[in-house]
Amino acid sequence: MFGAAIAYGLSRAGVDTLMLDGHDNNLRAARGNFGLVWVQSKGKGLQRYADWSRESARLWSGFAAELTDITGVSIAHRNDGGMMLLLGDEEVEKRKIEIAEMSKQSGATGYDCEIITHADIQAYFPDIKLGKAVTGASFCPHDGDVNPLKLLRAMHSGFVNSGGRYKSRCTVNNIDHANGVFTANTQQGQFSAPKIILAAGHGISHLAESVGIDAPIRPQRGQVLITERIQQALPIPLNGVRQTDEGGFQFGSSEEDIGFDDGTSLDVVQNIASRAVQSFPQLSTVRLVRNWGCVRVLTPDKCAIYEESISHPGAYVATSHSGVTLAAINARLVSKWIATGEQPTDFNHFSASRFHVQAT
Amino acid sequence: MFRRHDKSSQANGDNVTIYFEDAPIICKPTDSVAAAVLLSDPGYTRRTPVTKAPRAPYCMMGTCFECLMDINGVENQQACMVPVRDGMKVRRQNGVPVLPEDSKEPEND
Amino acid sequence: MTDSADLIVIGAGPAGLAAASLASKHNLSIMLLDEQAAPGGQIYRNIEHNVTHESEICAILGAEYAYGAALAETCRASDVTYTPGATVWRIDPDGGVAYSVDGAAHTAKGRRIILATGALERPVPIPGWTLPGVMTAGAAQTLLKSSAMLPSGRVVVAGAGPLAMLVTLQLIDAGADIAALLETTRKRDYFSNAMLLPGAMAGQDYLRRGMAMRRAIRASGVPIYGGVTELEARGDGQVSSVRGRSGGERLTFEIDTLLLHDGVVPNIQATRQVGCEHEWYDPQRYWRPVRDSWGTTSIDTITVAGDGAGISGARAAEYLGQLAALDAACRLDKINMADRDSAARPIRSAMQPHTAIRPLLDGIFSPSFTTPHGDDTIVCRCEEVTAGEIRTAVAQGVMGPNQIKSFTRCGMGPCQGRNCGLTVAELIADVQGVPVSDVGYFRLRPPIKPVTLGELAAMDFSETDS
Ligand SMILES: Cc1cc2nc3c(=O)[nH]c(=O)nc-3n(C[C@H](O)[C@H](O)[C@H](O)COP(=O)(O)OP(=O)(O)OC[C@H]3O[C@@H](n4cnc5c(N)ncnc54)[C@H](O)[C@@H]3O)c2cc1C
Ligand code: FES
Repeated sequence: MFGAAIAYGLSRAGVDTLMLDGHDNNLRAARGNFGLVWVQSKGKGLQRYADWSRESARLWSGFAAELTDITGVSIAHRNDGGMMLLLGDEEVEKRKIEIAEMSKQSGATGYDCEIITHADIQAYFPDIKLGKAVTGASFCPHDGDVNPLKLLRAMHSGFVNSGGRYKSRCTVNNIDHANGVFTANTQQGQFSAPKIILAAGHGISHLAESVGIDAPIRPQRGQVLITERIQQALPIPLNGVRQTDEGGFQFGSSEEDIGFDDGTSLDVVQNIASRAVQSFPQLSTVRLVRNWGCVRVLTPDKCAIYEESISHPGAYVATSHSGVTLAAINARLVSKWIATGEQPTDFNHFSASRFHVQAT
Repeated sequence: MFRRHDKSSQANGDNVTIYFEDAPIICKPTDSVAAAVLLSDPGYTRRTPVTKAPRAPYCMMGTCFECLMDINGVENQQACMVPVRDGMKVRRQNGVPVLPEDSKEPEND
Repeated sequence: MTDSADLIVIGAGPAGLAAASLASKHNLSIMLLDEQAAPGGQIYRNIEHNVTHESEICAILGAEYAYGAALAETCRASDVTYTPGATVWRIDPDGGVAYSVDGAAHTAKGRRIILATGALERPVPIPGWTLPGVMTAGAAQTLLKSSAMLPSGRVVVAGAGPLAMLVTLQLIDAGADIAALLETTRKRDYFSNAMLLPGAMAGQDYLRRGMAMRRAIRASGVPIYGGVTELEARGDGQVSSVRGRSGGERLTFEIDTLLLHDGVVPNIQATRQVGCEHEWYDPQRYWRPVRDSWGTTSIDTITVAGDGAGISGARAAEYLGQLAALDAACRLDKINMADRDSAARPIRSAMQPHTAIRPLLDGIFSPSFTTPHGDDTIVCRCEEVTAGEIRTAVAQGVMGPNQIKSFTRCGMGPCQGRNCGLTVAELIADVQGVPVSDVGYFRLRPPIKPVTLGELAAMDFSETDS
């Protein structure tokens, strides 16, 4: 998702770009994710990242319109706010504390998120009855969602339409650097360019190391459930429940630290299902058609890394969870940074050096 | 579209009545809902969610999902896998199913 | 509640019934789960009811069908705990099984699992195959077996494979109005495979029966057309005619029902979902699980038996079930290897004639509808994705079935690719010019059958002993 967005932005700006991609069955967070353009839970401990997410959410409408315009793919972007449903008083209290902390951290910018009541929530959803277990929600007007599969498809075809070249089944084994030229060695041969962007998700760490950047990434599994299609009833997304434009209800996601296993497990499925029917009891007769695991790409503070190598200028690392939320800003500002060198404000906050404070 | 074999013992004996779009169909307790409905010349049994094209049972063994119907108010049921029960109300489903109305709220624990 | 057993057998067709019956003789505790209301599988569907109540239907279905009654009876008489109406929707490599009965989800844990989930009819993606009135030949046979029903109007049977012929004949005997049998198989397919004959000698019986069926169909006055191409169903909201071409001749039949068939392929939903390795079997262009001579897959706890392991027919399925049972008894320390092997010897030699015929049948009836010719033909019935959309996506660089799925929704509907998986892989291979074995298949995720959220939420994992 990161790579596709940046490559799209580059080829739109007229930069001759080659996108190298792995195999059909690689771990691919871009194909398994939840589709949220999400601001309210981002940037705890790194305000620049909270702002960055909100900025991306703001750029999203223009970005979505442009994608549809040039590819004809409508990606079902919505930006009417989003909620985190809270079940029970304990969850409400916990969320209140988090909101207070984020408000403090954000200072003058403000943290646009408030707790709303059961009745307020129900008013948003006239076509489906809210379960009485729902005691509140935190609402953030900047949140939204998109169909992530259509997004990927649109970025892909937008990239190809603007002259970008795409090679699949082309896993990069290692990278050489000589005379200002980077060479990616792949099973399909060598590809050279003066600039190279590493956005390989879980495959990034060893490639980044070879250009002198330490990009510590860890896997975290999130299980997702999707139901058969049902008539539209959720006009805005919730953090653990959203309805796709095709009608499927999607539920998720767990946070499991179990390595690179993208499988599923029944106990987690049961938890997710049980929360779903407590939130919306009418869903109890709706059928689950698929349940998958998706392995998140997490940095130690869950915020993005953007960095150009000091030892190998021209080599960049761009990676994070939240590739959907950040797709707009990656396509716009990050690709511009790579193409022209023009850095967004306070961009050094995203350097991976923040994970080695003692060393510097 | 289909008829019962005239020498079948099922031509007489126990009967069950189900209602397809409110019209009664007399069938056997061993019939699946899809089989019973096929006795009545239904034309189609559902319309697809994408283009609203008409469809009817295709495989009769639970693999194609073309026989999805509204059975007793719950849509998206595989009619070829559900045995008939006396008094069942069966309807075609028309594109994307609607949410079932009655909701048994689970008890909080 | 989680029930536990030494062995969980999934599927109560000939393979599963034989496996469960034999394993129970070796003092294994056995759960047998099947989604149908009664034992028999596809071939012996509804056998118990029909042998006692439907002499006329049994006569139509013939001695091969009646044979199944004993299998069901033996299993009923054993200690096997058989649960009908049990739809298995998830299997785990550690022996865990999740299934639903009457709208309630259950879990069970086996020390070993035998998967005997049988075969599916291969997709037949021709123009118009989604029209009401177009069904599979197997569907018509299922209606005959389970409900003593037959098509009331004019019928054409089209495609290839022994089952197409068999169903035609059974429907003729039942009194249906069959306009024609349109076979895609050409005369030269029969001749060019004659070199396989010596190997198939042991299976002469099959050949004799095949020829007898053909003669009986002709004798009834129903014409058989060979080498049929350009098959197409037409109609406005309902099939009204079928067209094709045979030799130089254009064929058109006005009909009420079109029955399609292009052979059967292993039902690999369960083996794919649990993560067994699969291999491409080129003569019949399908995937089957990789297995050893006892049927054990790349996952040590999981054995496959019957058509789900590769198509070899109902009689072979029964023997394969027995072999799987012996191996289970051995691995669970009820018999030693020497006893297992000596008990297996007569089973293997009895099975031989039934498997010897396969290369010949596989050669003659090679599948005819692997890739749709036109672009407008629907490939994915659930999400209504056409061959053209898939070709376009592949031409844009889409790398494989899983990306096709996320880009086009092909395979994302409730059938989970059962009716499009093979076609998609063939189309990708065709456009990219690579073998299908390199293209791969959809990553299948649980549940392999839809299950309600309410059922999932109500699951109870506390353990019981069976
Ligand atoms: C529609 C059809 C009709 C056929 N008719 C004939 C015929 O007339 N003559 C002939 O020689 N061959 C016929 N065949 C081929 C024949 O079915 C097989 O050779 C034979 O049945 C293989 O036996 P089996 O035990 O491997 O599988 P099957 O007999 O197919 O048994 C598999 C069993 O597994 C069950 N099952 C599958 N998935 C699940 C699940 N997820 N949960 C629970 N249960 C499950 C099914 O309900 C079924 O009972 C037919 C095939 C099909 C598909
Ligand atoms: S007719 Fe195919 S699933 Fe019911």
